[in-house]
Amino acid sequence: MVPLTQREVPFVLRRRLGVAVGMALLSFLLLLARLWNLQILHGDEMRTLSENNRIRLRRVQATRGTVVDRYGRVLIDSRPSFDAALVPEDARNVEVTIENLAQLLNQSAADMHALLTQTSSRPPFEEITVKRDLSWDDVVALETHQLDLPGVSMQITPRRSYPLGPKLAHLLGYVGEASQQDLATDSRYRMGDLVGKTGLEKRWESQLRGVNGGQQVEVDAVGRKLRVLREVEEIPGSTVKLTIDLDLQDAASEALGDRDGSVVALDPNTGEILAFVDHPSFDPNVFARGVHSDEWRALLTDKHKPLNNRAIQGQYPPGSTFKIIVATAALEEGVINPFTRLNCPGGLQFGNHYFRCWKKGGHGPVNLHEALVQSCDVFFYQIAQRLGIDVIAQYAREFGLGMPTGIDLENEKAGTIPDSAWKRKRFKQPWYAGETLSAGIGQGYVTATPLQMANAIATAAVGKRYRPHFVRQVETPEGEVVRTEQPEVIGELNVRATTLRQIREALRDVVNTERGTGKKAHLNSIEVAGKTGTSQVVKMGKERLKSSQVPWQHRDHAWFVAYAPVDAPEIAVAVIVEHAEGGGGAIAAPVVRDVIQKYVQLKKERENSKYAENRSPAAGAF
Amino acid sequence: MLRIDRRLLAHFDWPLLASTLLVVGCGLMTVLSATHAPGRLVSGLVLRQAMWAGVGLIGLFAALSFDYHWLERYGYFLYGAALVLLLATALLGSSGGGARRWIGLGPFSIQPSEFAKIALVVALARYLHRQVGDGTLSLRALLVPVILLVPPAVLILKQPDLGTVIVLGLTVAAVLLVAGLRLRFVLVVAAVLIPAVPFLWQHLKPYQQRRVVTFINPDADPLGAGYHIIQSKIAIGSGMLEGKGFLHGTQNRLNFLPEQHTDFIFAVFAEEWGFIGAGVLITLYTVLLLRCFMVATRARDPFGVLLAFGLTAAIFCQVFVNVGMATGSLPVVGITLPFLSYGGSSLLASMLAIGLLMNISMRRFTF
Repeated sequence: MVPLTQREVPFVLRRRLGVAVGMALLSFLLLLARLWNLQILHGDEMRTLSENNRIRLRRVQATRGTVVDRYGRVLIDSRPSFDAALVPEDARNVEVTIENLAQLLNQSAADMHALLTQTSSRPPFEEITVKRDLSWDDVVALETHQLDLPGVSMQITPRRSYPLGPKLAHLLGYVGEASQQDLATDSRYRMGDLVGKTGLEKRWESQLRGVNGGQQVEVDAVGRKLRVLREVEEIPGSTVKLTIDLDLQDAASEALGDRDGSVVALDPNTGEILAFVDHPSFDPNVFARGVHSDEWRALLTDKHKPLNNRAIQGQYPPGSTFKIIVATAALEEGVINPFTRLNCPGGLQFGNHYFRCWKKGGHGPVNLHEALVQSCDVFFYQIAQRLGIDVIAQYAREFGLGMPTGIDLENEKAGTIPDSAWKRKRFKQPWYAGETLSAGIGQGYVTATPLQMANAIATAAVGKRYRPHFVRQVETPEGEVVRTEQPEVIGELNVRATTLRQIREALRDVVNTERGTGKKAHLNSIEVAGKTGTSQVVKMGKERLKSSQVPWQHRDHAWFVAYAPVDAPEIAVAVIVEHAEGGGGAIAAPVVRDVIQKYVQLKKERENSKYAENRSPAAGAF
Repeated sequence: MLRIDRRLLAHFDWPLLASTLLVVGCGLMTVLSATHAPGRLVSGLVLRQAMWAGVGLIGLFAALSFDYHWLERYGYFLYGAALVLLLATALLGSSGGGARRWIGLGPFSIQPSEFAKIALVVALARYLHRQVGDGTLSLRALLVPVILLVPPAVLILKQPDLGTVIVLGLTVAAVLLVAGLRLRFVLVVAAVLIPAVPFLWQHLKPYQQRRVVTFINPDADPLGAGYHIIQSKIAIGSGMLEGKGFLHGTQNRLNFLPEQHTDFIFAVFAEEWGFIGAGVLITLYTVLLLRCFMVATRARDPFGVLLAFGLTAAIFCQVFVNVGMATGSLPVVGITLPFLSYGGSSLLASMLAIGLLMNISMRRFTF
């Protein structure tokens, strides 16, 4: 039954077993010797150390990575701050210590007690940060009153600073202290750690955060550091280099001024975002130091909505900028040809509704080119009607509308590109033909974000759609490149070359002819192509009123989307000015002009300085 | 089916069973101390551990009930089953503390790597006992053991559980040396490989080095680990000669010891029982060790010798590494102290190993 392969055990095997026993006994003897050493020879010492747990582990927070613009200028930095920390177990009498501390720091003792109860589940002897970012006076006060404050120590920790203030805040985001939820979900976080809460700070957290270091310190009976036994240095976070050009950002910000709105400029050939303006904004420094509840309430209730990231969350009717898409669809689908003329008598009766053109007397018979240049509404009502909403929606999606662009920021909105299926699903109603007319001029249900519109005009400019991104590369603090972001094509425009050429010629003439609605974007230094748009906030009444006659919150939004130069596009810009004093041509076009003008000027300056560098004697090797 | 053979009963290894039960008793007591909370002496963990000790005892008797030569026939099958379990753990195991080591089994979860140790030793003995011949191993005979070692080692390393992999490696090395691997050969290999490592290491970029370290040992928070060692050393040292008394360890009570009821349970014991207690415990382990070795030296065939020695080596490498780690003499790798640490799979596997040793011991004169 049993598979027997009985064999003799060679003698050497048993002899080697003897050797093994000997070695095993020897190793156990070594363990005993070690125990003798620890428990008998060093026992007293160890007993003392164990009594008060004199050896502590202090974490050294890693300095968060710097964020710089594409030319290395600092956008987010870290600076040291002095914090007061308390270890209640070290205080002989916690009540007395807290009372003294509260008095010195001008804080309420009740708050400190509350903090103590909040953190009662922490491991024993772990420090509780009582006050961050002490003023110099506080530091001096704590130093001089050390003896009255057993259990209190001072720590230097890196704080985040946002030198730009509210500029670019929506994109950069801000940090805050790790919440209970952060602590529960990620074991790398400890109480008091800084964690990215929004924007870049959040999405690039793993690159920015670095690795915390620590010190093993021996402390005296009241918790003051005697000496450092062992130290592991922190590894600072990586430097994140953005695609943003700070100069252009400033110019765009200045061009928009204190009006509510957004400016997005990107490179149509890569999707790199060059400028990203949201106005109004907020100061991330306020969040980094801990926002007070009244400040928070003020930000939330402000009717200008400073926390709203308009560029990716503001969903506006694109207005006449949408005509670029409808025009492309019309040419491509053959519902008209470039020579087809449609009459504009100033409006169009459709069913029982009269659809007005923005120009009271009408444009007369116009072809597509003229209709785009002069932004004739009636022309577009008619071709939209011929196309039908579903075909328009299909082209709009090819330009990236109706879906998030995929930018690496949270809560990006998709906008709305309505079609008959959408309407059935959303309202349980059929699509009405009249609604197609509104959609044809970018009104009605159609909405898009400024970033989507910037990407749409970029798509028109180069025929391809890239994922917009704002990080160029990630470097170690020493400057070694760890990661480089590559342009990512997310869609191609499946449109005949002749169609694109006709659209682009029209967009050029919008800016560069006397009749063009966008002539205020004209520049001598570079040829700009673009399209105006004015999007209604409330339904048009019988009469078109002047914006000054309308209450602020009912005024129209002014759009302008553009790219330049016409032949080899390098920059695409979308601007929206909310509740503007006029239409896109009057209000938004000059903003675009200023941005592109600055772009050209910067490019020339940088080429000159490069030229100068190359001409310098050091470079003149041959 | 079980025929009780009087000769088997006559050779029942009572001393081995007795010393095992004594150590298990110490373990239960220490787990009690390590997990008791103010106002609640007996924690659920102790009851669980006691239950596992009962299961372990059943397992022990099951492991001695059949003729161990069956393992010779089914050795590779057992090994394959262990690999499947490890794979299943990797794919659908549950994670605790960032590691994927357990696999659910109703209300309990088991840690397959503990049983993989035994399976590997069985497969190793199965292969090597035909190779020993006159007592030396050819170099070619080395290939299969390495092939046997690599798959479980990689799977366990991925869990990640560096400690168990180290024990596996040490065990295989010990068995190979006893089976007749020439020491000369080992020295040559070491002389070639060891200098190569720092050379390669230096050519890695710092962040690559960090990646390697975190891959091999993700718990390698160097400071944290160092801190644990210091705290463990303080706990042990502060026990002094007589200890602080049962349930009176202060380091333990204040939660300074990490993993106090598993990996660092020795520190809890030594703090409370002092040098005297720790000495008694080490002596107990030594008695157990000698008894196990006796089984190996007295086994009647090469398979029995290699199997018994392999199991012995697996247990005692682990004891040595664990106590060495707790006393700060060896680097920290997460590893349990056999029979003492909290953990059902660890206890059951250790008791199964003792059962197999008793099995071999009982059948040393049967033919």
